[in-house]
Amino acid sequence: MKSARKHVVLTTSLAAALTAMTLASCSLTSSPDKDSGKATDRETTSSPSQAGGTVVLASHESFSLPDTLIKQFKEDTGYDLEVRAAGDAGTLATKLSLTANNPIGDAAFGIDNTFASRPLGEDVFAPFTPATTPPAEYALDEGADRLVPIDAASVCVNVDTAWFKAEKLDPPKTLADLTDPAYKGLFVTPGASTSSPGMAFFLATVAEYGDDWESYWTGLLDNDTLVVDGWEDAYYGDFTAGSKTGKRPIVVSYDSSPAFTVKGDATTTAALLDTCFRQVEYAGVLEGAKNPAGAEALIDWMLSDSVQSALPESMYVFPVMESATIPKDWAKFAVRPTAPYEVPSEEIAANREKWLTDWTDVISR
Amino acid sequence: MRRIAGLLLLALGPVLVLGVLFVLPVTGMVSQGFWVDDRFAPGEVLQVLARPRVHRIAWFTLWSSGIATLVAITLGLPVAYALHRLALPGRTTLRAAMLVPFVLPTVVVGVAFRTLLGEGGPLGFLGLDGSPVAIVAGMVFFNVAVVIRAVGAAWESLDPRPGEAAAALGASPIQVLRTVTLPALRPAIIGAASVVFLFCATAFGIVLTLGGVRYGTIETEIYFLTTTIFDLQAAAALSVLQIVVVVLLLALSARLRHVPDPTAHRVVARPRAVRLADWPVMTATVLVLSFVALPILTLVAGSFQVGEGWGWGNYRALTTTGDNQALLVPVTAALLTSLRTAVDATWMALALGLMVSVIVTRRSQSISERRVRSLLDGFFMLPLGVSAVTLGFGFLITLDSPPLDLRDSPLLVPMAQALVALPLIVRTLTPVLGGIDDRQRQAAASLGASPWRAMLTVDLPVVWKPMLAASGFAFAVSLGEFGATSFLARDDQPTLPIVIYRLIGHPGEMNFGMALAASVVLATATACVMVAVERLRVPSVGAF
Amino acid sequence: MLSMREVSVRYGDTLAVDRVSLDLPEGGVLAVLGPSGCGKSTLLRAVAGLEPLSHGSIDVDGRDLAGVPTHRRGFALMFQDGQLFAHLTVARNVAYALKLRRTSSSRTAARVQELLDLVGLGDYGDRLPATLSGGERQRVALARALAVDPRLLLLDEPLSALDATLRERLAGDLREILQVAGTTALLVTHDHEEAFALADGLAVMRAGRVVQAGPIEEVWRAPVDEETALFLGYARVLHGDAAVRVLSVAGLERAPAVTSAVASAVASAVTPAVALRRSALVVDETGGLSGRIESARATPEQVRLVVHAEHIGHLDAVAPLGSRVAPGDSVRLGVDVTRLAVLAITPRLDPSLD
Repeated sequence: MKSARKHVVLTTSLAAALTAMTLASCSLTSSPDKDSGKATDRETTSSPSQAGGTVVLASHESFSLPDTLIKQFKEDTGYDLEVRAAGDAGTLATKLSLTANNPIGDAAFGIDNTFASRPLGEDVFAPFTPATTPPAEYALDEGADRLVPIDAASVCVNVDTAWFKAEKLDPPKTLADLTDPAYKGLFVTPGASTSSPGMAFFLATVAEYGDDWESYWTGLLDNDTLVVDGWEDAYYGDFTAGSKTGKRPIVVSYDSSPAFTVKGDATTTAALLDTCFRQVEYAGVLEGAKNPAGAEALIDWMLSDSVQSALPESMYVFPVMESATIPKDWAKFAVRPTAPYEVPSEEIAANREKWLTDWTDVISR
Repeated sequence: MRRIAGLLLLALGPVLVLGVLFVLPVTGMVSQGFWVDDRFAPGEVLQVLARPRVHRIAWFTLWSSGIATLVAITLGLPVAYALHRLALPGRTTLRAAMLVPFVLPTVVVGVAFRTLLGEGGPLGFLGLDGSPVAIVAGMVFFNVAVVIRAVGAAWESLDPRPGEAAAALGASPIQVLRTVTLPALRPAIIGAASVVFLFCATAFGIVLTLGGVRYGTIETEIYFLTTTIFDLQAAAALSVLQIVVVVLLLALSARLRHVPDPTAHRVVARPRAVRLADWPVMTATVLVLSFVALPILTLVAGSFQVGEGWGWGNYRALTTTGDNQALLVPVTAALLTSLRTAVDATWMALALGLMVSVIVTRRSQSISERRVRSLLDGFFMLPLGVSAVTLGFGFLITLDSPPLDLRDSPLLVPMAQALVALPLIVRTLTPVLGGIDDRQRQAAASLGASPWRAMLTVDLPVVWKPMLAASGFAFAVSLGEFGATSFLARDDQPTLPIVIYRLIGHPGEMNFGMALAASVVLATATACVMVAVERLRVPSVGAF
Repeated sequence: MLSMREVSVRYGDTLAVDRVSLDLPEGGVLAVLGPSGCGKSTLLRAVAGLEPLSHGSIDVDGRDLAGVPTHRRGFALMFQDGQLFAHLTVARNVAYALKLRRTSSSRTAARVQELLDLVGLGDYGDRLPATLSGGERQRVALARALAVDPRLLLLDEPLSALDATLRERLAGDLREILQVAGTTALLVTHDHEEAFALADGLAVMRAGRVVQAGPIEEVWRAPVDEETALFLGYARVLHGDAAVRVLSVAGLERAPAVTSAVASAVASAVTPAVALRRSALVVDETGGLSGRIESARATPEQVRLVVHAEHIGHLDAVAPLGSRVAPGDSVRLGVDVTRLAVLAITPRLDPSLD
């Protein structure tokens, strides 16, 4: 009896396991049509003389655009868009720099002003002038002939206005305010060495305090500032408006963030516009691309009104083109800084290592 | 000599695969640091090792991994005993559940831990957030299952009679444990400890999330140096340092693991009823289970939280692409991709692992032959201990042209995952294969069986269950693998952990809830696979 | 010294040991003999404290052992295959119990050497168990078990893993060692020769129960039933007329034991039976039985025959070496009365008694 039952159990579980395997219906070698279709497309593009085919975009993990737009791109230009998006902006910059001779795609998107000098220095990008010219304020000082601005997002200190109202405390306004004992233990920021917004905030403090940034940061830490790994940790883990268990009403986030905390017809958070550092993301045609024409068409498309207008919803960034439409909530609640802090790309490149190691030393003390 | 040549020929397949997918990329990436402006500059690389920052980081890596390994072993032993030697109700399910942490994406666990330990969390009063204690706790959380599994399997098949003989000679239970049981379990404990140490030393996400930014390990530093600072020299130096440490550790563990008589008699002891005298073990087990369950329960609770209330909303949303188009594909599609990839990774890992295990366990006839075998054994453990960042970038720069243009191959992801799972498979199968008395094969041969036939009659019946169990591991590892996959996965075909990571990184309250729900789905899928594996009741010594 | 009363051990639904009562005097060696699976090993483990009793009690010198854990019983257990600790050298294996008792290292070393000399392995102290032969391992296991003069030595088939010559030699040694040390020992085995070689008391176990117990000679001479007889090494059991015929040739039909056995057999309407050892029938010109040789095989000590005897059937017999016997020959057979046993009844014919 007993062994018979055991046998049944064994058989059923085996059957279950087998079914799971079959459900997953074995291997990429037999994966959906979509995939094999793509494979043949790749075949055709590997001969560059042929028009059409696939254009490969290398990007970071935050890249996202609606499917309908991508289909529209295919209809308008005849190119299939294949996105290879993985890792953060730093990873993308490193990937592009390492593969300068044999690029991993035809075009790249997601290099920002803090990382631009690295791939530019490795001659990763080919010169390119887009059909429509983006506003000059976003252009790089060096490399403007190769990198085209696509979007911009400012990293600003955000405050939970509801919290401050409830506590009957005036929220801070400037970077200097953050070291005010009134705000002791209220501020959380992602780390400069581990997070792109963290780096942006750090650059804002460098722009404000110059070489004295170390003493400012010491002041921040003395005021019980919490430094965490990533933006999501800070915003969802410790920020009062982002997390139920969060205890800190001041956080480093984006100028667009208030548009995501709308309750009824008001937002419960606000970006402090005097604390912002603007990150501009660029796209470029990769040197040695198999499909340079496709890459150029792709970048022109990314500057088109339809893509530019989709950027806020898809990637939480502001478009660079003034002709783009901005979502209602954004227009109402996401206020953009007029004079964000700036640090030239070359200066960032030259000092990044020293700044970051010094910064790590400061916060490890 | 001819035997060694034959051995090498047999090993050629796996060695080639590992050579192309591991040695070549790592060498390619490391040499980027050694060549500065087309000039070989090893001195400058070595200078990096003199930096105080590097010393601090290397020390912290060894320290945190060492402590975490010790704690995982200490906590894992009583649980291994309770779940494998005592007739606890529901122990099969518990054993499967204990493996869930092992495959949870680190980002998710990091969030769960921080929800618990953070300033507002239920354990916030401990003030552990961002401390080394939190890092060690996270490492233990992930790895205690390895100890429970590996040591438990060995314990289960441990002949109880030497212990009984010792008791009859007057040894108290503690003395039996110290003088008989632990020495007999030593190979399994050392094996588990070395794997845990490697996992801890190369832990990435958990160190970043739980340690904040104050604490770096060699692994996080390699990432920082490569992607943020682009200091390839320093990254190469640390990679080399890492490899050296790993090789030393493997050599040490091989030495410690060596047993005089590997074919010693193995039995499956009948689990015995729990007695009152078992209270210390039971207390420890309950504590460890709670420690593992707490973060998971936090996740589950979070996944049912919708706005201010509770509901299935997050789970229903899994068929969508999230708030604000956070994803390119719905989570359900990612789950299918994950399952498909895992199937591929599993058969690749199993095929390789089986070959390697057979090679490593065939009885050696000379010392040099044995050396070659143990070298091979260590070689296949290497992928566990080498930076995923170095490997990932290495893939890009070395596998980029024919005949090895694998950069865009859809098989790259399962291949990388198979490499990660390979050591676990080898560690599961080698003790089983090594335990088969070679004379059985000789007996089969003397009866006229060809080597293949002998393998079918002698090895297969013993090894098929452990093989299925090993497949289960590989499957689970592949389901949860994040490091290498995040680097290689194609955007239109992300796996579940990648999708979870994306969801967490995108604003929108729904996305966070969906990430938790997806994690619960991933954990459940894994637990199901592991329950099926447990049902096989592998009677072996399966020690990874 | 050791006294078991109504001891039962239950494994789930099966009763492995069923109400066993046995006594073992100080300095005695009791063998529990039975086929594999009869519960004898379980009984041994129960005495060692490794299995909980479901019923009954085990006393030593009048003190109930219930609740005394294995390691406090002061016994020593020696398994069939020694169960040496593979990670310890021979000397450290032997010293194990001494170390547990915190004996000084000089005394330990001396005692270990003494014991290794006793078992004839004086030079083996530094070897690892894996390098020893089966017999050597058993000797080491014995030395280890004797190290602290256990109150009771428990032996689980101590010799059965060894080959015949070795077994004989080690059996002699073991018996001598036990006698010299005056050790009380409980031995379980399925091999009657092992039991004869070592024990002075014998208990025969079957299906969890003791079917017969007593001094070894007694049990051997008067097995309680056919199955026991066969298990004790009797070659053949004859029933009814065949049995009566052999008994009468042996001149035993008037012997008081036999008459009472026959009488009780008649009373219970079953036929009497007699168990014969192989050498119970000897070729003898004056013997009372006649028959025809069916096969003959020479062994180093005698010629073994199978004889078909009139009105009896097949019988085993022996002839002295050098006898001119061949298949087909007619022979006469005499009966050696010391090599047969009269069985009271033949339980095989009466299932209700089984």
